[in-house]
Amino acid sequence: MQIDLAHFTPLASLLGGALIGLTAGLMILLAGRVAGIAGIIGGLIGGAADKSWRLFFIAGLVISPLIWSLFAPLPALQMVTSPLGLIIAGLLVGIGTRYANGCTSGHGVCGLSRFSLRSLIAVLSFMGTGFVTVFIIKHLLG
Amino acid sequence: MKFNLFGLFSGVLFGLGLILAGMANPVKVQGFLDIAGLWDPSLAFVMGGGIGVSMVFYAKAKRTSLSLLTKEALKVPSNTLIDKRLVLGSAAFGIGWGIGGICPGPALVAVGMGSLGGVLFTVAMLVGMYLFEIIERRNAKA
Repeated sequence: MQIDLAHFTPLASLLGGALIGLTAGLMILLAGRVAGIAGIIGGLIGGAADKSWRLFFIAGLVISPLIWSLFAPLPALQMVTSPLGLIIAGLLVGIGTRYANGCTSGHGVCGLSRFSLRSLIAVLSFMGTGFVTVFIIKHLLG
Repeated sequence: MKFNLFGLFSGVLFGLGLILAGMANPVKVQGFLDIAGLWDPSLAFVMGGGIGVSMVFYAKAKRTSLSLLTKEALKVPSNTLIDKRLVLGSAAFGIGWGIGGICPGPALVAVGMGSLGGVLFTVAMLVGMYLFEIIERRNAKA
């Protein structure tokens, strides 16, 4: 293992993470909701009764780059796979997070914050397969 | 309406956190998952910052009965089940996350940045979530 110092952003990542944690904290105390993005989107598809705030939350996520661009230039996105790869990835992420009832935010941030063993298992599972998948793509196939 | 505006605000704050953290950029996520190559540990700092801050709020939430804004019981997950759905669902999510470098929150931010790849991924993710609903409904009937 070699550390990629050229791309390492500990301070920005820590601050960005803190902002995500602050949002999750405000959501549980003010609205009584878990800031799990897969769950928020899934509720819209699964016919949750409280659709309206979910739509507003999603709208907020979608316009966040616009708000960002008012203050600073947006960082460029670099995709790592082909359109077909993105479709396969999206399908797996969609179906997987619904079966597991959570993603990086729901199980990762919110679940680990309340010491949920269930979330820890979920995190170990998706981190583990994430590491293995990238190893296969970049070092065995690439 | 108050709840909707709070939802919008939360979505924006969460999105800004994702952009600042570098989490919205697939190449950075894959750099974190590539432990055998040039490893970028930044995302560990995102998780650290997120959990560190959120933990304080969740500790407070344990002693809170009603949410401040909506005046209803906090919807903290009570499920502690560790089963195949959790582990395999998370595993499928992790594979998709590794392939695309995108999880549900960043997918919506990418849509907001006008990324065609982000739109493709998001549509596939929504199809995946819809497939889950169809399978669940079919199983419920059987």
